[in-house]
Amino acid sequence: MIASKKKPLEEILGYLQDAQSVFIVGCGDCATQCETGGETEVAQMKQALEAAGKTVTGTAVPDVTCNILDTARLLRKQKEAVAAAEAILVLSCGTGVQSVAESQESKPVYPGVDSLFSAVTARKGQIYERCVCCSDCVVGDYAGICPMARCPKGQLHGPCGGYDDGKCEVDRNQSCVWTLILERAEKTGQLERVLEHMGAAGVKDYQANRHPAELVFEPRRAGRL
Amino acid sequence: MREAIASGRFIITGEVAPPKGCHLEHMVEEAEHYRGLVAGVNVTDIQSSVMRAGSLVGCLKLKEAGLPPVLQVTCRDRNRLSLQSELLSACALGITDVLCLTGDYTTLGDHPQAKPVFDLDSVSLLRAAKRLTTGKDMAFYPDRKNPGQFIDGETLDGDPPDFCLGCVVNPGAVPVEPQIYKLLKKIEAGAEFCQTQAVYEPGKFEEFMTKLGEVPIPILAGIVVLKSPMMARYMNENVAGVTVPQWMMEELADKETRVAKSIAMSAKLVSELKPMCQGVHMMPLGWDKHVPTILQQAGVLQ
Ligand code: SF4
Ligand code: SF4
Repeated sequence: MIASKKKPLEEILGYLQDAQSVFIVGCGDCATQCETGGETEVAQMKQALEAAGKTVTGTAVPDVTCNILDTARLLRKQKEAVAAAEAILVLSCGTGVQSVAESQESKPVYPGVDSLFSAVTARKGQIYERCVCCSDCVVGDYAGICPMARCPKGQLHGPCGGYDDGKCEVDRNQSCVWTLILERAEKTGQLERVLEHMGAAGVKDYQANRHPAELVFEPRRAGRL
Repeated sequence: MREAIASGRFIITGEVAPPKGCHLEHMVEEAEHYRGLVAGVNVTDIQSSVMRAGSLVGCLKLKEAGLPPVLQVTCRDRNRLSLQSELLSACALGITDVLCLTGDYTTLGDHPQAKPVFDLDSVSLLRAAKRLTTGKDMAFYPDRKNPGQFIDGETLDGDPPDFCLGCVVNPGAVPVEPQIYKLLKKIEAGAEFCQTQAVYEPGKFEEFMTKLGEVPIPILAGIVVLKSPMMARYMNENVAGVTVPQWMMEELADKETRVAKSIAMSAKLVSELKPMCQGVHMMPLGWDKHVPTILQQAGVLQ
């Protein structure tokens, strides 16, 4: 999922300064898990905006807001409420915000949360970054732990000289990914493989990581948005 | 550096840092204290991620003054295009002793909002530099003339550069094994000398050297001259793998005798480390003027 955190209300009110009436869209997936754009947070935002003197014309929480067609369909069901709003506030990751923007051609759309990273949930409220979608997965060579995502310097050839007691130079509360990799490799019997790769790892191909990336199944290319 | 390495002598290197500003005279003055004593003077590359003048221009200033510069290159601020270009520029200026580092992270310095690059790391930078010495760069892209084939390395114009490449290791890192694995990779990649993070405990350093075993390149123990108990405490708290023993801090307690004691302690450290390694890398952090005395007292000057 995409981790996100709430924007400060002042920033949101700044965006909405020219809009008296607002429609709020949340997201039933990631933003619900991150407690930034679920039913609860959408209701809270409605209250907060009303307290600030705005009119909230309606709210919607699509199952997965980054699905453009489903989100557009849901908003069509509340056509009047959407039309009555001068702006739409979206409490979901940036992809959700733009998913709404694509179907609402003439309506200003504003984000109410900040997208943070693609994440795993260890347990409720414990959300961590494990992958930066580098387009060429190499965790197989690193005992299943990603040095691209979990080392601030993306060190592919072993640790820098800055770790202390196995903790990272950049944040002493986080483990140096290399102590994690080597520890796990020992347990999984992959130490030799990891050590060999530490030397053989090449350089990353950032071509594969160019923005905007796209994944379009060939037969469907013609009909793409 | 290569001459010093080949000679088999105890190798001494020094270090200076360019200023935050465009007047490098003071840096050159500091480096003057190394004249005739050292095989190379490292010029740091935006160390600790604090913005300042660059290593290359610092090296050029030293060279103009007749001192032997060692260019430090980190991977924090430049991608592979810029790193290779920097290496070629250095060679064009006659600067061929190069220390390859990954570099401190951006958030540790005075521009924490900067975008960190880390396109390469110390090992891949060493490989890239080594490859330049074969007359080819890191280029890799589809060959337009031969579909399906790739250009693997563009050929450099003229004679290839000849670098003497160095690397670093942190012998006090806990755990130390990953440092050793990585050092071995750096040697494979083409490092010809290695300078270490600050060492204060000869016993621990000896353990490191034993664990490391025989390596084909000289290891130069890092000596950071302690200026005050405050600095020692700072190092203990902030520099990974560095432990300044309590007794050293106590030695420096008295302001009156501080300088003399600091010199004596550093000299003792150097002479104790001498049998364990092939040289020392002096990092006096502004106390460059005391380096000759330290080396003399340590009995390592020839
Ligand atoms: S190597 Fe890391 S960043 Fe790349 S795809 Fe695999 S997990 Fe993601
Ligand atoms: S300490 Fe480890 S995780 Fe942190 S930057 Fe260095 S290599 Fe990466």
